[in-house]
Order: sequence, then structure tokens, then C-alpha cells
Amino acid sequence: MSIIKTENLCYVYGEGTPFKKTALDNINLDIEEGELVGIIGHTGSGKSTLIQHFNGLLKPTSGKVYIDGEELYADKSKLREIRFKVGLVFQYPEYQLFEETVYKDIAYGPKNMGLSDDEIDKRVIETARLVGLKKEHLQKSPFELSGGQKRRVAIAGVMAMVPKVLILDEPTAGLDPHGRDRILGLIKEYHKEMKSTVMLVSHSMEDVAKTVSKILVMNDSKVFMYDTPEKVFARVRELCDMGLTVPQITRVFDRLKAAGIDFNDEVYSCEYAKKLVLRLLDK
Amino acid sequence: MIKDITIGQYFPGKSLLHRLDPRIKLLLTVLYIVMLFAAKGFVGLGIGIVFLIFSFLISGIPIKMMLKSVKPILPIIIFTGILNLFFIRTGNVLLSWHFITITDEGLKTMIFMAVRIVFLICGTSLLTYTTSPIALTDAIERIFSPLRVIKFPAHEIAMIMTIALRFIPTLIEETDKIMSAQKARGADLESGSILNRAKALIPILIPLFVSAFRRADDLALAMECRCYRGGDGRTRLKQLKTSYRDYLSILVVSLFLAMVILANIYIGI
Repeated sequence: MSIIKTENLCYVYGEGTPFKKTALDNINLDIEEGELVGIIGHTGSGKSTLIQHFNGLLKPTSGKVYIDGEELYADKSKLREIRFKVGLVFQYPEYQLFEETVYKDIAYGPKNMGLSDDEIDKRVIETARLVGLKKEHLQKSPFELSGGQKRRVAIAGVMAMVPKVLILDEPTAGLDPHGRDRILGLIKEYHKEMKSTVMLVSHSMEDVAKTVSKILVMNDSKVFMYDTPEKVFARVRELCDMGLTVPQITRVFDRLKAAGIDFNDEVYSCEYAKKLVLRLLDK
Repeated sequence: MIKDITIGQYFPGKSLLHRLDPRIKLLLTVLYIVMLFAAKGFVGLGIGIVFLIFSFLISGIPIKMMLKSVKPILPIIIFTGILNLFFIRTGNVLLSWHFITITDEGLKTMIFMAVRIVFLICGTSLLTYTTSPIALTDAIERIFSPLRVIKFPAHEIAMIMTIALRFIPTLIEETDKIMSAQKARGADLESGSILNRAKALIPILIPLFVSAFRRADDLALAMECRCYRGGDGRTRLKQLKTSYRDYLSILVVSLFLAMVILANIYIGI
């Protein structure tokens, strides 16, 4: 069953003013439960606008959004519940931290859900472990932590609500390579452990290629394609024309193909490339 | 949405009024206010009104905007109007019912005051419609800079105003973002008692303050990196210059002011 479904979803910023701008143009999507989806597209392609429709922060100008079979905005009083079902982590989420201690900040979401203290405690400890925060961090002020740690606290704050769908907008923006790998690792782990649907907006093809099971490519307010990484990266040329980069290794293999060495396969990870090259050398 | 709040009301254009030196415009606005308050009777006030309508026509600002600027002060006008109407007891009684007495003097004062306030607001709005906030702070700096002799921090005040104006849209955007983020974590900003709603603002205000301070720190650092050390010896990219237009407009306004004073002396109503 599909967990997120959109029908002819359109969104226009500043309707009726001279600054009118179409941000989403007739989006039809069907996202299966349990998928780990990467959303790519360059700045202004509508990625962030799209994900804000999934938890009802933005109201479609026209068209419909269904979450778990239920239509959003059919009943406005249910919106808050939808937000617990679809957890959204914004860009630079560390800027939303506000509590005195890390523990309290992670507990903010679950508390809003009206859970019991025992359950909240359980969830905070569990998610803190998942994102790799130590026990002694929990009683510290979030403002004392390092950038990477703050980011993990903020992500934990949403994960602790145990949403059916977790959406992260550029979770690795502004982090060093080590911090980036760490965040991507914990997202993967969360996906595996919770068996929930995870969506990940990213600029970095490298990140997306090695993490996700499906890729959604946005271009010019429209969905360009929604498919597995192999099939998406098979269209290297089109992606490049859109101004998107493909993983470096995919580009290398594309050039090799042009030079006459065809591996008859789409390569988007270094491990896989290594295997292919070794196989060729063995022959 | 919160973003729709317009900050400042600058209405870009290329009219004569837009091109006047902001310092002169500020001075002319002061003269205009003097004109309105100097007027003792309806004839004097009428001259002031003619001047304003004339200026509005030159500026090319839609009359609709003029009316819009009056809207927020409507309650004040009504309030002072009622006070004048009921509490002025001199003159011929027009209506008397229980404790309410309305006299012709009261009615006249009410109308006179209301018209004066309306045109006072219209006139000052015309200044902000035709002058960008930055030009205005520039003008304020220059006008007050002679006061540096008595240690009046003209440059600092103008810099503070400029920075504040610059960061209003940024902070509004930031507020929007933080609100969305906390809503995504289940913050309920729209329902509950006043106390609960005030409490619900904490998760928004704290991150907003933190980010405002962070931005202030960054900005201070960036300014120091570019050798900012106060107003002494600073030159500017856009020098304010007065031209024949400015002198002409001072002349016109002075003529109107003279007319008002003459009307006071010779007509006196």
C-alpha cells in the first residue's frame, strides 16, 4: 500500500500578486511504505515545497495529498495528528533547539503527542542511543554541543515521535565529511531498525546514491522521474542537462563508455565499480 | 502569512518627489506640518490641503495608498472627534438632550481637528512613500551630524536604523522557518487559552533570539574585518546632492506657508 500519494498536486506562491510563482506543477506520486527515497533537484525545483505538503504545513493550491490513505485537509482538526505521522526535519534543524537540556528538547515532540512520562523517557533514551549521543550529553544544554552533535539532537527530536514517515531536508548541509557520513549512517540505521518510510532531500548525488532505494528527481516544479538509482543514473546526460551532477564514479564510467569500454551496466558506487573493473581485468 | 507584512511603505518611482534630496524632503515635511498647525481657519487649512493634493499628483502615488495610510489612525480621529464634539460648550447650542450638549463651535472644532490629523498623516506618509528607508536614515544622519559637537551619536543611530531595517525581512523569514519546524514537532500555536498560547511561543522565541544574536555577532565580525571603526572619516558611495529642484521646492513650500500666514492675518477664519 502506498503511504504517500499525491493527485495533480499544484502549489502557487503568492497567488493573485505580481510575484506569483508556480512551485509545484501537477505532481502525481505514489510512494510505497518502507521505501528510502532520495529527492534531488537543483535549487528552486520545488523539493522543499513538496515535502512541506506531506505533513500539511502547506495547503495545496489544487490537487490532493493522501497520507496512509487519508486525505490531508479533508479534516483540518486532524492536521496535528498527521504531523506526528509524518515527521519533518528542516534544513539546519539545530536552529530550532530551545530547551534547557538535550533531554527536554528531544522530549518536546513526544510530549506534544501526549504520551506518558515513562513512554517519553523510553523514547528519548532510545533515540539518543540511535543517533549516537552519550548519556552525559542528555543533561547538557543543547547550545553547548558541537555543530554535528546539535544536528543529531535536532534529528533525534523528530525521530523520537516515531513517525511512520521521516522526511529530512538536506540533513547533511554544512557538515564536514565525517559528520555527513555519520548522519547518513544513522538515517540508514533508523530506516532499518524502525522499518518506516524515510525521505531524504539532498544536493549531493554521492550521498543519495549510496543511501537510498528510490530516487525522485524534481525539475522545474515537476517530477522528472521516480525510480531506482540504477534507472535514474542511466540517464546521465539528461541529468547533466538539468544542471544536476551525477556521482563522480558514474561520470567516469560514462566517459569510459564513450571511449569504447562499455560495462553494460549503470555504476553509481565505488564498490560496485571496483567489482566490475576487477571482473574485466580477470577476463 | 507572516511574510506579507510590508515593512516601510516605499513606493518606487521616478517622480520629482522621488528625486528630491531626502534631507530636503525631511525639511519640507517639517515645514508642511508647521503649515498645518499654523493655519487658524478653514481657508489656511484649505491651502495646506491643496498643497498636499498637488504633491500627491506629482508623486504619482495612487490616491488609494493615501487613504490606506489613514486607516490605522481612524480610531484616534474618531476618539478626538467625539471629545471635541461633546466637551466644547462654547458657542451656539445646536442640540441639547439630557447631559449632551452640542454647539456649533464644537462641531467646527471636531471637523477642523479631524481634517488636520488626516492630512498630517497623509503628508508624512507621502514622505515614506517616496523615500526609501535607507535614503531616509542617510538624511537623518546628515541632518544630525552637526550635533556631533555635543557628542550626539548621529552616525551610530543611523547605522543602527539601517541594520535594523536590513534585518527585518531576514528575521521574519527566520520566524516563519522556526514556526514551521516547531509545528512539525507538534507545537500547537492556534488553540488553547491565552496563557497556553503564550507558553507555546517559547519554542519560537528562544531559537529566534539565539539566531538574532548569532547574526549580530557574525555581522559585527564581518564589519570589523572590513575595517569598520565608526563614522569618523567615512566616505559614502552615494553622496547626497541638492540641485535646483530642491531649491525650487523649498521656494514653493515657503510660498504656501506664507499664504497660510497671510490667510490667518487677513481672513482669520
